[in-house]
Amino acid sequence: MKENISKSILRVDSRKKINGEAKYISDWKFDNVLYAKTIRSTVAKAKILSITLPEIPAGYYIVDKNEVPGINRMQTVVSDHPVFAENDVQYIGQPILLVVGPDREIIYSIVAKIEIQYKEQEALFTLEEAEKKSTVFTDYHYRKGEPETVFQQSGQLIEDEFTTGYQEHVYLEPQGIAAEFKEDTLFVYGSMQCPFYVKNALLDTMDLPEDKIRVVQTITGGAFGGKEEFPSLTACHVAIAAHKTRHPIMMIYDRSEDILCSTKRHPSKIRYKVAFDKNNQVLALDVDVLLNAGAYNGLSPAVLQRAIFAAGGVYNIPHINVRGRNFMTNAVPSGAYRGFGAPQTIFGIEMLFYNIAVKLGVDPLEYKMRHLLKKNDPTSTGGQIREEVKLPEIIKKVIEKSDYYNKLKTNKKYQGIGISLFLHGCGFTGKGESVINGKITLEKNKDIVTLKVSSVEMGQGAETALRKIVAQTLKIPIENVIYGEVDTGLVPDSGPTVASRTTMIVGGLLRETAMEMKTRWNETEQFEISKRYEHPKYLHWDDDNFSGDAYPVYSWGANVAEVEIDPVSYEITIKNIEAVYDVGVPIDNRALKGQMQGGIAQGIGWATIEVMESENGKLKQSNLTDYKVPTSMDIPEIHCSFVLNPYEFGPFGAKCAGELPSVGVPPAVAEAVANALNKTINHLPITPEKLMEIDNGN
Amino acid sequence: MVIEFYLNNEKKKIDIDASARLLDVLRENFGLTSVKEGCGEGECGACVVLVNGRAMNTCMIPVASIMGKSIVTMEGYKHTDRYKAIETGFMEAGSVQCGFCTPGFVMATESLLNQNPNPTDDEIKEGLSGNLCRCTGYNMIIQGVRLAIEKGAGLW
Repeated sequence: MKENISKSILRVDSRKKINGEAKYISDWKFDNVLYAKTIRSTVAKAKILSITLPEIPAGYYIVDKNEVPGINRMQTVVSDHPVFAENDVQYIGQPILLVVGPDREIIYSIVAKIEIQYKEQEALFTLEEAEKKSTVFTDYHYRKGEPETVFQQSGQLIEDEFTTGYQEHVYLEPQGIAAEFKEDTLFVYGSMQCPFYVKNALLDTMDLPEDKIRVVQTITGGAFGGKEEFPSLTACHVAIAAHKTRHPIMMIYDRSEDILCSTKRHPSKIRYKVAFDKNNQVLALDVDVLLNAGAYNGLSPAVLQRAIFAAGGVYNIPHINVRGRNFMTNAVPSGAYRGFGAPQTIFGIEMLFYNIAVKLGVDPLEYKMRHLLKKNDPTSTGGQIREEVKLPEIIKKVIEKSDYYNKLKTNKKYQGIGISLFLHGCGFTGKGESVINGKITLEKNKDIVTLKVSSVEMGQGAETALRKIVAQTLKIPIENVIYGEVDTGLVPDSGPTVASRTTMIVGGLLRETAMEMKTRWNETEQFEISKRYEHPKYLHWDDDNFSGDAYPVYSWGANVAEVEIDPVSYEITIKNIEAVYDVGVPIDNRALKGQMQGGIAQGIGWATIEVMESENGKLKQSNLTDYKVPTSMDIPEIHCSFVLNPYEFGPFGAKCAGELPSVGVPPAVAEAVANALNKTINHLPITPEKLMEIDNGN
Repeated sequence: MVIEFYLNNEKKKIDIDASARLLDVLRENFGLTSVKEGCGEGECGACVVLVNGRAMNTCMIPVASIMGKSIVTMEGYKHTDRYKAIETGFMEAGSVQCGFCTPGFVMATESLLNQNPNPTDDEIKEGLSGNLCRCTGYNMIIQGVRLAIEKGAGLW
């Protein structure tokens, strides 16, 4: 029988979520629980002179830096964020201490009476100031070819600059975490993407032996990167409080606290310098990527890497010079957000090509297509494109389905159409997958197979996809495949649930293991098989010089967006989105379409209505009343289709998918707006106010 | 203050601070955790229940104002035929991803169909516009409502 992995099945977790029986962390109950409330810095940069506490009633506690059993730093790529502030604070919202106790009303009355005296210091607020003062956290550089020589010899240069704003994740379930000691073992439960990141952070901070820490992921109500590194911080908070009080501790953020202090998409500035050959082909690119990392570097170096490796987009540019810098500002730390730096640079390169084509008076899509990468071409880091690049087929499909050229001709003023071409590197950047060295286990007990992974279901459909891969490989009903509880005490570290890696990398391991299990299917005794990820041997990566294959393979896509702009209010209405993707082979057509539509909606939000601005280090948006995300009225019908291109190391041929839609759609929207007004769009989000200024002559 | 009301068709009486949010009363005093807090400001719809048959945000309702009214949460609603139609529609259309917003969307759907059993697509969009979903991009939720209307023909 021919396997058809893409045929849609019902999601395994939908009924309990529809009827409200699914228990998220805020729905959990613990006996003798104490609640924790965080006291945060109200100033952007200061020395803490004194903290005056009111009388603390019996049964209530203050938990601060002095209670940290181990290291007072949250472990991540750069472990620079103090778990609790020490003598200084670097951003508004930085955690200083917790007030812990059984009654939330009494906690609030204690909180109201705590007085902190600061000696304020000069702070840095914007990327511009940070660049002037060179507050550089990370400075990366790579090049291909001889860009300097080309630029020296080239007479004809174009320079362009693009900027993008913050984006807040707005997972519907705010951050929530709990901790308790059972005898001498610490259990942490919460909404998270990366249980082993949390465990490793706790190892540093709690100074406990490895077998005395267990991290359990609870049903997670959306994450999008916002629950990648951030829960490591809150987990340390509740763990320290549980350690001090010997009570279970719960800490559930409300929306305004969540927005105030959780990570966000990095605001960016991207400068391009372009040199051309005699046929007006792009011959050399100089790219300068600036990210606002906020007060601590944390995960930002990894985000910066993905940003700079995507700087050349889907184009084969012979000579390229890329610099990327993370800047320190006194702002809430930026962090992981779906796309991880790539949405910023893909916006930059797509709009750059659009702007060049408009200047040259040639068709933007035709101009882009003159530069497309194809199989065996070098990547911008000097690696190789190993798969067939199906962009020509993808583009053909998307322009046919959207009637692109006809609309381009017949659109009136205030009606626009735009097209974006994009790619996304699958899995971790560089050596990431070898470092993580993910491990999975499959256990067989009679007819029942249990898969043990640390990959989490957070809404994206991982549980259904991974169970389906195992079930179809073994040719058994999906009901006979159990997704083991994601508890670091029970499952191996298959890596974090990030980087669009779960289906491709973890699913790939599961498929391979299930195939081995199939050969032993008749064994009657219970047995288990474990496997570790091995990076394909033909891939090479030099982490010091950023040269080689930054990713094992790429997923690709093209989006067409149609917009209408109100000539009076300048509000943008998205009329249609046509999206075509190559993600290898879809593991489930409907689930994948849902992922793509959701990612597109987030991308539309970032490109248009999601405004988050900071003034003197204070975010102007503090809740969902002033930070607007798209509603059902803002999102049009989104048409998605897939071009098959099986990847030999992906399960059933699958590649990465989850981040791709958020990477791809913003430049399509921006181009459509530019097309509608015949103006240049170099900044996201495109608010009506800015658009009115642009239309009235910049 | 003593409040008397109907909760999932049962008469209840509770002595409580009149200004307490209905959201907290339902979750904490009655253990009805299908009612979710997503924003606390009436913007996201995760805490929507039916108040006299109409979808309302419980984070914005002081408990004093429900005196004598009928409150239906998912814990009660899930036993109805209308719920079954919505459940089937949502499952088959792929309306659910992370699920945190889903009970609120079910409530909004019931409220919409109760007032307008045959809504147009625009009316569905408008009827759901008080509920935020960050996962799906709404297309499959709208499709779920359409399917629910089909499955539940004659129920509304």
